[in-house]
Amino acid sequence: MTAPVLEAKGLVKLFGRVVGLAGVDLTLYPGEVLAVIGDNGAGKSTLIKCLSGAMVPDEGGILVDGAEVHFRRPQDAQAAGIETVYQTLAVAPALDIASNLYLGREQRRKGVLGSFFRMLDTRGMNRHASEHIKTLGISTLQNISQAVETLSGGQRQAVAVARAAAFGSKVVILDEPTDALGVREPEQVLRLIRDLRERGLAIILISHNMPQVFDVADRIHIQRLGRCAGVVTPQSHSMEDAVAIMTGAKMVGADETT
Amino acid sequence: MDVTRSLETPITAEDVLHRRPSFGERVQQILHGRPALSPAIVLVLACIAFSFVSDRFLRPENLSLVAQQTAVVGSLAAGQTLIILTAGVDLSIGAIMVLSSLVMSKLVFDHGVPGVLALLIGALLAVVAQAVNGLLVARIKLPPFIVTLGTLGIFTAITLIYAKGQTVTLSPDAFLLWTGKTFDIGRFHITYGVVLMLVLYVVVAFALRYTAWGRHLYAVGDDAEASRLTGISVNRVLLSAYMAAGLAIAVAAWILVGRVAGGDPNSGINANLESITAVVIGGTSLFGGRGVVMGSLIGALIVQVFKNGLALGGYDPNYQVLAVGVLVIVAVSVDQWIRRVKA
Repeated sequence: MTAPVLEAKGLVKLFGRVVGLAGVDLTLYPGEVLAVIGDNGAGKSTLIKCLSGAMVPDEGGILVDGAEVHFRRPQDAQAAGIETVYQTLAVAPALDIASNLYLGREQRRKGVLGSFFRMLDTRGMNRHASEHIKTLGISTLQNISQAVETLSGGQRQAVAVARAAAFGSKVVILDEPTDALGVREPEQVLRLIRDLRERGLAIILISHNMPQVFDVADRIHIQRLGRCAGVVTPQSHSMEDAVAIMTGAKMVGADETT
Repeated sequence: MDVTRSLETPITAEDVLHRRPSFGERVQQILHGRPALSPAIVLVLACIAFSFVSDRFLRPENLSLVAQQTAVVGSLAAGQTLIILTAGVDLSIGAIMVLSSLVMSKLVFDHGVPGVLALLIGALLAVVAQAVNGLLVARIKLPPFIVTLGTLGIFTAITLIYAKGQTVTLSPDAFLLWTGKTFDIGRFHITYGVVLMLVLYVVVAFALRYTAWGRHLYAVGDDAEASRLTGISVNRVLLSAYMAAGLAIAVAAWILVGRVAGGDPNSGINANLESITAVVIGGTSLFGGRGVVMGSLIGALIVQVFKNGLALGGYDPNYQVLAVGVLVIVAVSVDQWIRRVKA
């Protein structure tokens, strides 16, 4: 098998006396979808926040392409090619769709207007943004200059996913990306995930939706009480098995772990 | 709602979707896209109304006076806008302005420092004072209201201690008084201070609209945590907003020196609250992330037009205070209504 693109080793994160992560390992290979499932409080969100730079783990290491990294801020993870769609979506409601796509990575005009007056290339960003959204096949976003606060939950989600897909060069992390969506939209997100995988990106998908997880994931990392209770595949285990491991009703045998 | 009609012709989702927006909804949408529009309408209506109250109101001499009286608070409001856009509020910029203007004047008057140098030192003082506010807000995460309430007291006290109860009057040809000098366009008497204020507004408006910094300022005011997760250095944006406001304070201080012909520790007492009033009337949301700086200029003008117009009409000055109070309440109510817009 190819070398992992992202590895976490022995991640520990404490919140006062509450244990968020009690030494978690995670391995992610290029071109795969790794689902992370677990009950509430199992440490899913803490785990991905450590991987995306939103939180700094107390112990343990993170490796990107085999080299150790220390993410202090989300920018550090972004610079390493890791993009994240947070459950809270992390969009600025008053700004329009294009501004949100480019938030924190704005492009400046060429020449003295950009270098001295630091003027933004708004037109160029708008054009790229709408082209990009068209390529992703996100049909719910039509007017690129619409303020995000006037969008529905699903449309906002699409903005956040589009941003991650646009800038993630190695890893895209999605935290409950279908949570706020209607009936038809999750299918679009799942298709998007497969597209990203086709392009060779590695995807971490956090979800409560078992059918979706078993539909799209290559491997499933099961979190329980701050630890990894096992890594299974949709082929080796059934949905019932996964839920049983998640809730502690069943253990994964060492030989079963892929 | 006509119940019988709706029973006869069932309303489907498509009907609702394609229903033309009501007049109120359309107004709401237009105002949502253009935050400075409603204050601009108020300003025009107010000018028309006061032209009936007094035939002197629309005379160039009077309008020039309104502009001159707006310059100090207007410049301060440009800085205040930056802070309020980050969902903060600055109670100390007025006190910092007075201290800065006093330092400028006293450096020239007491120590014979060249005017340009005194101006730069006064400006530096304003920026450093705002950096203190900014650091306390960004690094120590104290609420801006509390931080600036504290520094309001500190800078007011420093001003009074430094002034020793004296005012400073500069000689009429002093460089620092340039902002109070006038030139004429037709029958309008424009001070250089007014021009300086307008330049300040153009610069701030450009920075907010056309630079990444401006966009980040809106994003941070809108949702600081989301901005952090997107990869914006929230602390740096906050600190820079306070320091940029320091530059606006420096401009206001220079204009103040021109207006009072020197340094007066008791000048500009109400300027701070008036700057907040101007920003709020100008359509900038106190919850941050929404508004345009030109609105604050219009807001400052509205306040001055009401004061001037009511004075010309011979009304008790207390009515000026009353009118401004009503305007603030109306402006914030309109803001709340606009924020609920749906596309």
